[in-house]
Amino acid sequence: MSTTLQRPPADVSAKPAVSDRSKAENKLGLTLVAPAVVMMLLVTAWPMGQALYLSLFRYRLTAPDDREFIGIDNYVTVLTDSLFWRDTWNTVLIMVVTVAVELVIGFAFAMVMHRIIFARGLMRTSILIPYGIITVVSAFAWQFAFSLNNGFVNAWFSWLPWIAEDTNWFGDHWHAMFAIMVSEIWKTTPFMALLLLAGLSQVSEDMLEAAQVDGATWWQRLWKVILPNMRAAIMVAVLFRALDAYRIFDNIYIMTRGAQDTESISFLTYRQVIEQMQLGLGSALSVLLFLSVLLLAWLIVKLFRVDLASARGEG
Amino acid sequence: MAPRSSTRPRGRPRSRRIAGSVASLALASSLLAACSGDSGKPELVWYINPDAGGQAAVAEKCSTDEYTVTTQVLPQDASQQRIQLSRRLAAEDPSIDLMSLDPPFTAEFADAGFLADVPQDARAQLEEQGTFQGAMDAATWEDKLVVFPFWSNTQVLWYRKSFVDKTDLDMSQPVTWDQIIQTAADNGGKLGVQANKYEGYSVWINALVSGAGGQLVENADKGVDLDLTIDSAQGEDAAKVIEDLASSEAAPADLSVSNEGTAGSTFGGDAGSFMVNWTYIFHNYDETDPDVADDIGYTRYPQTVEGEESRPPYGGIGIGVSAFSDNKDLALEAAACLVEPENQGINAEMTGNMPASTAGYDYPALAELYPDDLRQLFQESVDAAAPRSVTPYWSDISSSLQSTWHPPASVNQDTPPESQDFTQQVLEGGRLL
Repeated sequence: MSTTLQRPPADVSAKPAVSDRSKAENKLGLTLVAPAVVMMLLVTAWPMGQALYLSLFRYRLTAPDDREFIGIDNYVTVLTDSLFWRDTWNTVLIMVVTVAVELVIGFAFAMVMHRIIFARGLMRTSILIPYGIITVVSAFAWQFAFSLNNGFVNAWFSWLPWIAEDTNWFGDHWHAMFAIMVSEIWKTTPFMALLLLAGLSQVSEDMLEAAQVDGATWWQRLWKVILPNMRAAIMVAVLFRALDAYRIFDNIYIMTRGAQDTESISFLTYRQVIEQMQLGLGSALSVLLFLSVLLLAWLIVKLFRVDLASARGEG
Repeated sequence: MAPRSSTRPRGRPRSRRIAGSVASLALASSLLAACSGDSGKPELVWYINPDAGGQAAVAEKCSTDEYTVTTQVLPQDASQQRIQLSRRLAAEDPSIDLMSLDPPFTAEFADAGFLADVPQDARAQLEEQGTFQGAMDAATWEDKLVVFPFWSNTQVLWYRKSFVDKTDLDMSQPVTWDQIIQTAADNGGKLGVQANKYEGYSVWINALVSGAGGQLVENADKGVDLDLTIDSAQGEDAAKVIEDLASSEAAPADLSVSNEGTAGSTFGGDAGSFMVNWTYIFHNYDETDPDVADDIGYTRYPQTVEGEESRPPYGGIGIGVSAFSDNKDLALEAAACLVEPENQGINAEMTGNMPASTAGYDYPALAELYPDDLRQLFQESVDAAAPRSVTPYWSDISSSLQSTWHPPASVNQDTPPESQDFTQQVLEGGRLL
C-alpha cells in the first residue's frame, strides 16, 4: 500500500509540549484571523438568524403595516401543504437521477482523461467546457434545443418512437423534467469527472499491475481494485454534486418557470420571497431548505460510512 | 540585490505623480458632486418597460432647462418589472423618480404607499385630452388618481383573410370563441392564444370570464377580504372555451407554452388562421413577411357566449411618480408632459402601443400607419375592455389562476370551483403559491 493511504498514529492523548514561541505564534495567528472570523459570522450567521426571526411573522413586503407575529404557523402551513411535498419530491428525483447518471458518465470521462495519451490536454479541455458555461446560458441553449419551433432535438431524434416532429418538450411534466435533467447532466458531469479523475490518479498502478499479473480481467480490476480505492473520492463527488443538485434553480427558472409541476424547493422559496414578497412564509421555507441540506449531507456521509464499514467487514 | 522597498519605480517623477493623483481626486469629487445633483440640473430617472425607443424619445422631448429625464430599462416580463420596482421602493430608494407601471400592479403599489398622488391640475389635463374611462379606472386607487395613463393597449381578433375566405364565417358580424375554434379545426388552422403559465394567461381568463358577463373578484375595496367569484356560471363558460380549444385540432402544439410572440409565429405560419393579440402585432410582419402583412384582417375580440358583448383584455402603461423621489414635484411636472397627447402619439408611432386618450389618437402619423377602421376598432375595444381586478392582491390572484388553470389541457368544469377554493386559501395565507 502506498504511504499516502496510511493513517496517522492513533494515539492523540499525549500532547506534545508547546514552546513559548509556538504559543506566541498561535496567539498572533488568532489575532490576525479574528477580524475575518467576525466578518464571516456577520455575513453568514446574521442572515440565517434574520431568516429564522422573519419566519415567525406574517409579513408581506408590499403590506408592511399588516406585519403580525404568528409563531410557528408558517412552518405548519409549509409542512402541511401538498405543494411543498410535491416540490420536495421533484427536487429529490432530479438529484437522484442526475447524480446517478453523472456518476456513470463522469467516471467514463475520468477514465478517458486519465488514460488518454494522445491530445490529452485538448481532450481534458473539451470535456470540461460545459462546466465553464454559466448555468443560465446553458439552460437557454437547452431550452432552444428542445424548443418546438426552432429546436433540433425533435428534428434529429424523431426516428425514436417516443419523439415526434411536434413533441412539445415543455408541454407536460415528464417531458419537461427530462429536458431539465438533460441540461443539468450536460452542465455538471464535467465537475463529477474532475473529482473522480483526482480519485483515479490516487489508485496505485502497482496494485493494478499486480491484479493483472494475477489474471484479473478489466472488469474485476475495476470492481475489486479501482472502485474500492476511490471510495473517498466518490463520496466527495457524490456529496458535492448531490448538494449542488438539491439547490437546482436556474434550469427550471429558464426552461419552464415551474410550469408542468417541475418546480424545485429552491424555486418555490424564490417565488415566495421574491415574487410573492411573502417574507415570513419564504423565510420559513429558507430555514427548512437549509435544514434539509444539512440532513442530506449527514445522510450521504453516513451512507458511505456504512458502506466503508461493511466493505472492511467483508475484506 | 537590494530589497524591493528601497527601489524607486520607474516612470514619472514623484512630484508629477502626486500632482496627477490630486488632479484625479479633484475630478472624481467633481463627478460625484454632479451625480449627487448638488450642482447642475437634476436628472429624473424614468424606469421604463422595454420598447422600440418610444419612451426614450418622449423622455428626451420632455427634458427641460430645469431637469433632464433619462430612462432605465426594466426586465421584459411584467411580473419581473413589478418585482424589481417594488423591492427597491419598499427600501425607499430615492433614485427612482418615474416608473412605467402595468395596470394590474397599480393598486398594490398605491396601497403600499409607493406612489405620489396625481395633482388636481394634471387630472384636469388628462380629462380634457379625453383619457379613456378604462384607463382612468385602472389608474385610480381609493378614489385618488395615482398614475398618469400613458398608453392603453387592448386585444382584437386578428385573422388571415386568405384562410377565412376558404370558410363560410362572416367576419363582419361578431364571432364567438366556439365559432373560431370550430372553423380553425375544420379547415386545418391553428389558433394563436396566450396560454403559458404567466400573466398573459390570466389576462385571457379574465377576458373570457368578463366576456360571459362575470368577473373574477367583487368588493375589491375590502382588501384581502374581497369576494372571489371565479366559481360561477361565467367561470364555467370561460373554462369551457379553454377546454374546447385544448382538446381541439385548432390547438397549436405549443399551446401550453404559448405567449404573444409564439402566437404571432403560429399566426404567420402555414396553419395561421386566427389569433388574439395586442395592437402592436399589426406591423409585426411588415419586414419579415410582407405576404402575411397583406393578409391580416381584424375584428372585435371574440364573444365568450353568443350574443353577450365581448370584453377584450385591457393593458397599457401608466406613469407613476415615486413617493420617495428626491424630486417629486419635478417628476410630477415631467409626468404631465410625458402623457401629453402628442407624446402619446409619438410613442404609439414608434412602438405600436396605442394612446390612452382620444386626443392621442389624433396624432397624424397614426392615421398613416393604421387604417381608420382599425383605429376605430382599437378605441372601441379599449372602451369595452375589462380591466383586471383593481386590488393590491392581484398578483396573488393571478398566480393562483395560473396554478389552477394551467396547463390548458387540464381545464374542465371542476376548474373554477377548485381555483376559487385555492385562491381563497392563498389570500388567507394558508397555502403556498
